[in-house]
Amino acid sequence: MQGNALRLVDCDQRAVDLGLTRNMTLADARARIPDLVALEAQAQADREFLEALAGFCDRFTPLVALDDPHGLMLDITGCAHLFGGEAGLGNLAARAMQRGGLQLKAAIAGTPDAARACARHGRGGIVPPGQEEALLRFLPTAALDTDAETVIALSRAGLKTLAHLAERPSETLSARFGEALVVKLRRILGHEDRRITPLRPPPDCVVERHFAEPFADTASLEAVVVRLIGEAARVLEARGEGGRVFELGFFRSDGAVRRLAMETGRPSRDAKALLRLYRERIETLSDPLDPGFGFDAIKLAVPLCEPLDTPQHSLDGRAIEEEAVADLVDRLVTRFGRDRVLRFVAQDTHHPVRAAKALSAAAPLPEAAWSAPEPQEPPARPLQLFEPPQPVEAIAEVPDGPPIRFRWRRLTHDVARAEGPERIAPEWWRDGSDEPMRDYYRVEDAQGRRFWLYRIGFYEADSAPPRWFLHGLFA
Amino acid sequence: MPETAPTLSDLRRSLAEAALRSGPVAAGRIDLGVPALDEVLNGGLVRAALHEIYAAEVADLAAATGFALGLALRAGRIDRKGGGGPIFWARQDFVDAEAGRLHAPGLNELGLDPARLLLVRARDGEGVLRAGAEAARCAALSAVLIEPWGEPRPFDLTASRRLALAAEASGVPVLLLRVAAAEAPSAARTRWQVRALASRALEANAPGAPAFALRLLRQRGGAAEREWRVEWDRDRHCFAERSLFDRSARTDHAAPLSRPLVPLSGDGQVTADGRDSGLRRTG
Repeated sequence: MQGNALRLVDCDQRAVDLGLTRNMTLADARARIPDLVALEAQAQADREFLEALAGFCDRFTPLVALDDPHGLMLDITGCAHLFGGEAGLGNLAARAMQRGGLQLKAAIAGTPDAARACARHGRGGIVPPGQEEALLRFLPTAALDTDAETVIALSRAGLKTLAHLAERPSETLSARFGEALVVKLRRILGHEDRRITPLRPPPDCVVERHFAEPFADTASLEAVVVRLIGEAARVLEARGEGGRVFELGFFRSDGAVRRLAMETGRPSRDAKALLRLYRERIETLSDPLDPGFGFDAIKLAVPLCEPLDTPQHSLDGRAIEEEAVADLVDRLVTRFGRDRVLRFVAQDTHHPVRAAKALSAAAPLPEAAWSAPEPQEPPARPLQLFEPPQPVEAIAEVPDGPPIRFRWRRLTHDVARAEGPERIAPEWWRDGSDEPMRDYYRVEDAQGRRFWLYRIGFYEADSAPPRWFLHGLFA
Repeated sequence: MPETAPTLSDLRRSLAEAALRSGPVAAGRIDLGVPALDEVLNGGLVRAALHEIYAAEVADLAAATGFALGLALRAGRIDRKGGGGPIFWARQDFVDAEAGRLHAPGLNELGLDPARLLLVRARDGEGVLRAGAEAARCAALSAVLIEPWGEPRPFDLTASRRLALAAEASGVPVLLLRVAAAEAPSAARTRWQVRALASRALEANAPGAPAFALRLLRQRGGAAEREWRVEWDRDRHCFAERSLFDRSARTDHAAPLSRPLVPLSGDGQVTADGRDSGLRRTG
């Protein structure tokens, strides 16, 4: 839908053969071909498909960028020889796309813009290095990807191809059509290079294995992973680094890509520990790794590296213990998730609920000291805290005495000992001014169980009766 | 000679244990700081072993938790070898919902620096046991607490043996806190039942230090079925026996001090009848 008319966004080969083109109104197309099958364009689905395709192309190079519309840009610098040269890589990609029912028009050139112009407006294929100008100068000015008005203005001036533009002095061009046009021209003709922005940031370290035949059995899969981990560990060691995140990509022969990430709390390159994490990860997958018709490539990327010194073997016991605990945390995080492996951090507040924060143990924690408890005093705060507090029915002395008896979970507790009230004011800067004051009591019932109760409101003649809540349990 | 190796190690162990029994506070044991109790335990709880702590009733869970925490703190005292390491706690989400979440200031008030605690919250009992088993193999911890709710399905004799073996191998005490669970055969070295006990009142009838009524239900290779009434002394990090003449000792329901009960059949198993109904599963 563009403007007020329904228009064709795209048409397949048969439609093109019948004379339909993009941007034609639907009514027009229907008039020509009455039994036309038109589907509503789904930009989101197209986008997702393209991203999946980009994931697939990750097997060729880590630098894959989306190139709207319907295009992908691969930076294959230094990668092509792994796939039998540029021609081999091109054929491989074309075959893979054909298997998936796609038509591929691809070009390989020295600069991204040259390749793009060649693929979209030229014949595609490989542009040998340094030949950009010679081969691409006869492309139409539409290859510049400027707005339609500029193209019309250029053609009115008699400038139909890039060669016409290239022959003009660039100053006059930029004075008339803007600097961007000139830059674009220089890039297409290979005078200037630029970097593409990859969809997934390139990892610091990548190791991968490609297989001539797809394979599916789990044992050899693990053998490959073991080798990849060992290789990555050696690479990292040579660099004096350790990885914080390890990402395994399993490329299935039918194009599906499955990625598994493993995180460590501190930089690591310990192959054994990493393998344990991998096994843990595999074991806890909610939907298991499905080999389908087999994997034809496996890639281990380390997107996040940090400096890691060579460990000294004569460390004192404390350091070794810390290492062991960190390993344990990594394994637990892999199995249970970041937000389930916790450590407590003290917060500077008197509010009972906010006094401690449970943070994931996977990340380094801020140092905060806990105030030492008052000597000779019984615990002032409960061991277990209910969140939210549980409403109870209580009988208490007027006006602010501790409860004499209260009912919680259908059981009546007779209070034998009590202390309070300890008045805790709300934090108006966080809670707002409506939050009522709480009067806390430590009480012990006849059975010796200790509770932390609080009261909201006062016993007054002209107001609603106060409410009681059970907030915690003491040991 | 594959057969002789375990026999030899068994022999060594029994010799070592015999040696331990003689010493006042033997190595490899966690003494509780209560002489009467430590005597029955031959010097304290065996460190590299599994111990079970049952809450007498669901409402006694906080008391049982407090006792378990006390044991963990005794096990990880800074002045010992391997002390001061983190205390690991695996807790089932359902316990959080039923009995409240662990409250760090409250841990602090009982003497545990909350920064020393490594907490894993697991969705189900199986996850709790898995996390516990994983942690029990890590020798750097000073204690492992495992707190599932009720009777997790996969927890059988084999699972408890696995925990006990892991504890033996790593030397880390594994404390299994059980609530709303019936006693079942297990590989635990000792089994305790904890009940909340009225504290000694402070001035103005305020509740005092945490107090527990302990009952040693079972001890492998030792006397069992005894009761004690102890208090947790946070400042000294030890348990203290409640004196007989304390001014507020209650006589209503709690047993008198440290009295021996009727000895049981030789296997140390206890029958469910003949004792209070608190152990039965509730909820």
